[in-house]
Amino acid sequence: MKKLLFALLCAPLLALAAGAELHLDKAPDRSRDFPALQNGAKIFINYCLNCHSASYFRYNRLADIGLTEQQIKDNLLFASDKVGETMTIAMRRADAKQWFGAAPPDLTVIARARASEFGSGADWLYTYLRGFYRDDARPTGWNNTVFANVGMPHVLWELQGEQEMGAGHKLELVKPGKLKPEEYDAMVGDLVGFLNHVGEPMATFRKELGVVVLIFLAVLFVFSYALKREYWKDIH
Amino acid sequence: MAAAKVEKYKSDGTAVGGLLEWVDARFPLMSLWNDHLAKYYAPKNFNFWYFFGSLALMVLVIQIVTGVFLVMHYKPDASLNTSGVPVAFASVEYIMRDVPWGWLIRYLHSTGASAFFIVVYLHMFRGMLYGSYRKPRELVWIFGVLIFLCLMAEAFMGYLLPWGQMSYWGAQVIVNLFTAIPFIGPELGVWIRGDFVISDATLNRFFSFHVIAVPLVLVGLVAAHIMALHEVGSNNPDGVEIKKKKGGDGIPLDGIPFHPYYTVKDIVGVVVFLMVFSIIVFFAPEGGGYFLEFNNFFPADPMVTPPHIAPVWYFTPYYSILRANTVNFFWLDAKLWGVIFMGLGVMIFFFLPWLDRSPVKSIRYRGPLYKGALAIFVVCFFILGYLGMLAPTPGRTLVSQICTIIYFAFFLLMPIYTSLDKCKAEPERVTG
Repeated sequence: MKKLLFALLCAPLLALAAGAELHLDKAPDRSRDFPALQNGAKIFINYCLNCHSASYFRYNRLADIGLTEQQIKDNLLFASDKVGETMTIAMRRADAKQWFGAAPPDLTVIARARASEFGSGADWLYTYLRGFYRDDARPTGWNNTVFANVGMPHVLWELQGEQEMGAGHKLELVKPGKLKPEEYDAMVGDLVGFLNHVGEPMATFRKELGVVVLIFLAVLFVFSYALKREYWKDIH
Repeated sequence: MAAAKVEKYKSDGTAVGGLLEWVDARFPLMSLWNDHLAKYYAPKNFNFWYFFGSLALMVLVIQIVTGVFLVMHYKPDASLNTSGVPVAFASVEYIMRDVPWGWLIRYLHSTGASAFFIVVYLHMFRGMLYGSYRKPRELVWIFGVLIFLCLMAEAFMGYLLPWGQMSYWGAQVIVNLFTAIPFIGPELGVWIRGDFVISDATLNRFFSFHVIAVPLVLVGLVAAHIMALHEVGSNNPDGVEIKKKKGGDGIPLDGIPFHPYYTVKDIVGVVVFLMVFSIIVFFAPEGGGYFLEFNNFFPADPMVTPPHIAPVWYFTPYYSILRANTVNFFWLDAKLWGVIFMGLGVMIFFFLPWLDRSPVKSIRYRGPLYKGALAIFVVCFFILGYLGMLAPTPGRTLVSQICTIIYFAFFLLMPIYTSLDKCKAEPERVTG
């Protein structure tokens, strides 16, 4: 009987054996690093928020990462004139579709959508934004290691430089950019950290509140259990 | 219980007492209170497994209360807003960001869906452990299976509402199952969707069913389930009838009033449940991609089929049974057989009270045959659930075929192995 159960339990593991692997680099955790998140916001607004929207995220929610309303207005408000507005873009979707083949997706929850069994959404984005390489077969001249035949050209190429796919499926930097590789990785880390924050701005508060709720429930448990014991004393 | 007429409440002279007397003269307040709580005698030996009934009721309340507030802000609209996002999808993110405490209400509701199934599956398993479906509780069980069916419909239609990729394509796959029915299939599919594909029409009708029709039926069935239970009395881990041994006062010797004994005990269960529930809501609301699927954070796109469409975990055992049928038996298509077996897989629970021929109810006094059969059934149920989340491969399909056969054999062979089983004698009284 036990052998049969064991065999039954093992069967699906054998069946699982086959499956594609996707290797992702671990994104650095920036969730409580305000200067890094602010830098990420700056990069996002300068480089991404022309083609991509973040249409559920309001500018004034940048206060959550330590910016004042005046700082937001003075430095980050290019695509809108009201600080309470969401991060929308002027490019029309029909035009975008013509130009790129597919309209660039809204990025508000991209860090949640890209999560998979291979890693978090932040890991995917961190690998993706560092995985562009030259490919003359593509209309944009760029391809990507985790998003094959991607429609987006390498927007950050000036910073990273140009990579080529070398032997053994390893990327090689053939033309250096403005940033050193480790500086570029740190900058992408900030950007991905910001996108992760935008995906769920209340995540940090959610976890903090969770601790309070669990402490409350633990206290309530003590009292409810004492009450139960008191009532059940006379049941044998 | 259909007990003798309860004395009407007499005021003790206070204002509250006077009000109670006034109400009780016009409404069966005291008899309801006594029949279902204060003088409902439940066996004193309920164990861990008996928490899940009251927990299911609490999760139902959580779902209704959070649902009421979600409906205030959610918009069942599949058209695209100026940023090219479906309004329904955007309204969920609006709830998550701009509605005060909206994120909490939404996570309570999304986690509550999974919690409902966990609690109900454990509640059903309790029934199978202790033979709670056996005479005279057949109707309690049948109402319960109807609740399970309603819950599946409720969860399926609710899952379309966020209008993400998995919402859309999951609904597409499931509604397409109905098109496998001969002759009327294609028209039936159009009738269910209100369109040739899943569309705004589908979203609006599913919204209506999810927030009005199914919850109404669900609440009615829950009331019937509890009324039927309180008519016949609760089973217990020993599977013996406490009503057979009554004291001089007509109260079962092993019975204790539900209130206050089980109300205070269930409060402890509720608190422990809420701790587990809160850990998910506050620290892992996506449930590792099992409670909120990652792919559902992409808005629905009718032009892009995801490479792998998986239902949420609670449907995966039945999804596996659906996919396990790969042969065109007789003149019927394999897909139709899959649909038939999936439907039978749920419906077969209705017949459990008549399939079980064991002289005893509880697993404590059953022989090795039933114990082994139940263990293998549970293992197969888990394997089917696990495989239902994965893309099919020939090896996986073979395993799910074997598990599907065992799943049905558990029920269909039950009259044989339960009557052959070597059971122990039941005790006269509950053993505590």
